[in-house]
Amino acid sequence: MIARAGQWVTEVLQAGGRRLVIAVPFVWLLLFFLAPFAIVAKISLAEFRVGVPPYTPLFEIVEGAWLHIRATLGNYAYLIDDPLYVAAYLSSVKIAAVSTVFALLIGYPMAYGIARSAQPWRNVLLLAVMLPFWTSFLIRVYAWIGILRSNGLLNNFLLWLGVIDEPLVLLNTDLAVYIGIVYSYLPFMILPLYATLEKMDLSLLEAAQDLGCRPWKAFVTVTLPLSLPGIIAGSMLVFIPAVGEFVIPDLLGGPSTLMIGKVLWSEFFNNRDWPVASAVAIAMLVLLVAPIVFFQRYRMRQDEKAREAAL
Amino acid sequence: MSESSLPAAHQQRSLQQKRIVPPNPEPVIVIDGVTKRFGDFTAVDDVSLTIDRGELFSLLGGSGCGKTTLLRMLAGFETPTKGRILIDGQDMTDVPPYARPVNMMFQSYALFPHMTVEQNIAFGLKQDGMARDAIRARVAEMLDMVELSALGPRKPHQLSGGQRQRVALARALAKRPKVLLLDEPLGALDKKLRERTQLELVNLQCQLGITFVVVTHDQEEAMTMSDRVAIMNQGRILQVDSPHAMYEFPGTRFVAEFFGSINAFEGTIAEDGLTHAVISCPDLDAPVYVNHSVPGYEGSTVWAALRPEKITLSKQPPADPARNVARGVVEDIVYLGGDSTYLVRLESGRRIRVALQNLTRAAEPEVTWDDAVWVSWRPENVVVLTS
Ligand SMILES: Nc1ncnc2c1ncn2[C@@H]1O[C@H](COP(=O)(O)OP(=O)(O)OP(=O)(O)O)[C@@H](O)[C@H]1O
Ligand SMILES: [Mg+2]
Repeated sequence: MIARAGQWVTEVLQAGGRRLVIAVPFVWLLLFFLAPFAIVAKISLAEFRVGVPPYTPLFEIVEGAWLHIRATLGNYAYLIDDPLYVAAYLSSVKIAAVSTVFALLIGYPMAYGIARSAQPWRNVLLLAVMLPFWTSFLIRVYAWIGILRSNGLLNNFLLWLGVIDEPLVLLNTDLAVYIGIVYSYLPFMILPLYATLEKMDLSLLEAAQDLGCRPWKAFVTVTLPLSLPGIIAGSMLVFIPAVGEFVIPDLLGGPSTLMIGKVLWSEFFNNRDWPVASAVAIAMLVLLVAPIVFFQRYRMRQDEKAREAAL
Repeated sequence: MSESSLPAAHQQRSLQQKRIVPPNPEPVIVIDGVTKRFGDFTAVDDVSLTIDRGELFSLLGGSGCGKTTLLRMLAGFETPTKGRILIDGQDMTDVPPYARPVNMMFQSYALFPHMTVEQNIAFGLKQDGMARDAIRARVAEMLDMVELSALGPRKPHQLSGGQRQRVALARALAKRPKVLLLDEPLGALDKKLRERTQLELVNLQCQLGITFVVVTHDQEEAMTMSDRVAIMNQGRILQVDSPHAMYEFPGTRFVAEFFGSINAFEGTIAEDGLTHAVISCPDLDAPVYVNHSVPGYEGSTVWAALRPEKITLSKQPPADPARNVARGVVEDIVYLGGDSTYLVRLESGRRIRVALQNLTRAAEPEVTWDDAVWVSWRPENVVVLTS
């Protein structure tokens, strides 16, 4: 009897321990993601007013007894009405998507090269990929101003080579934004790609060749599909922050560069319209998260189908 | 009694009787003075070999002796430093792996994890641009052959080790290569499954008539399966022979020891005749009499070698105590079920292994620990080796 009770206690403690371990990341997420999210969501439902804070309260105790909830979707309606926001959102997605594709095109060969180089070289090369992180992101973006401006390094070099007669306009264009984003986020593409490519079994490529596959086709039919998880992870790591990027379009982009991060910034700090800014932030999040969740669901369902077919 | 419970020796005999040896051996692989160096290290050293069409050929050797390297040169994954390889009469020097008429079954199986069993088997056929219906038919046939018809839609990670091995085999055979290269095909299987699969591989090879080149480090496996065996050591081929010839007529002590176990006694030729010879070995009490001619001349150093099962053990002195006998004490007995190995310490201090079949179920064997015994052998069973 006592033994059984003791057993029960240890079981409960063990289950509790397990729960505790799982609870840590949940508490973390709750504290540092969901709570700020809830605050921003709350502000997005309020109205702008002049004062501190610059928005109307959501809950009010009216006449001492009634809890008065005053929420409005007006800010969201405003986002849809004003073409600026939709345009900024679409333009952000476009810029982020194009940058992601270029980061993939540049990062894949780099990750492949590192993964296939001799063991002692790999760590050196990986370190080189991560080296820029030792300097501030802001300073690195500033450095690009020095490279891209009309009397900057790149133009001077091209003039010296004689490739061009007069300086190219590079700075404050969309091109500069693409360059900045691809440059800044390239490590986030390379690292997950490297991780998948490095653990790939090379005898699979030999098997493919043995069965009559030319090397490039072996790459397409074996290496590429097997590195898909790395491609997806790297692309997400580049695409998601790039959509909301503010510093790069602000420093390298021109007046015509339209990105949601810039709009958000000016709404918060120039117009001081916190409710609209919050609505922009929430809309961006939902529009980004929805496709990702959908994609994950789709993949899971595909996996399940494959499993069912196998049994 | 089912076939699989027969002792190994019986299986061997039945397997070898079944084999159809082609009337005119015709070489399908010619390896001509091939050397492979990795930096300073010579992995394969001046190997020349001819493998005949329809043959099941084994490369047998210890770890690191260059078996895999030789096989990989046949498949085209390594280029010989020197020498050349002909497959089906064609020089393979400049032929890349994907254009060679051989397929390989990898030791790790190397199944594509993102493809189903069916897709894995169809992979090679697709590369050849085979028609879809023909591919489907061939895949079904292959699955049937390896008895995995029900598992076609599974992914490799949903299979057991033995099933994966079969898929790898089916994939490598699907293209009907002229030669199938197998790198330790049964290495990952447990003993029982390995023995069963050995039989299946041999049967399959007989049916299909495809030349198999099997790499193995398991002497029994090579003995059971092969038409011919090549024994490799440190990158060199020491001897190429049928399992029977390799066992009964080994050329060197290394081969004799590697291919089964043997007791070798150093000695000198005391008498060298046309049809007999006498060898005196310091470790044996009596001279060794051999009723066949031996390599060497009177006074030269040779080794008189005896297989453990060709020695008899008795408590009584044998009929002719003047030759081919030695006296000793049973030091140890290793019971192996079907037979037992007796370790006898001779009067000279040398130990000799004797294998006896356990013919009765008696709990106490006739000869036991610490018994003084006579070991003796027949003159025709002595192998005389010069190195
Ligand atoms: N790419 C390589 N570079 C350097 N040395 C190599 C290379 N491949 C093989 N070797 C060396 O060549 C020798 C033969 O290797 P191989 O793989 O052919 O051995 P093996 O006979 O197949 O052995 P095992 O039974 O252990 O598989 C080994 O000593 C190995 O270290
Ligand atoms: Mg090997």
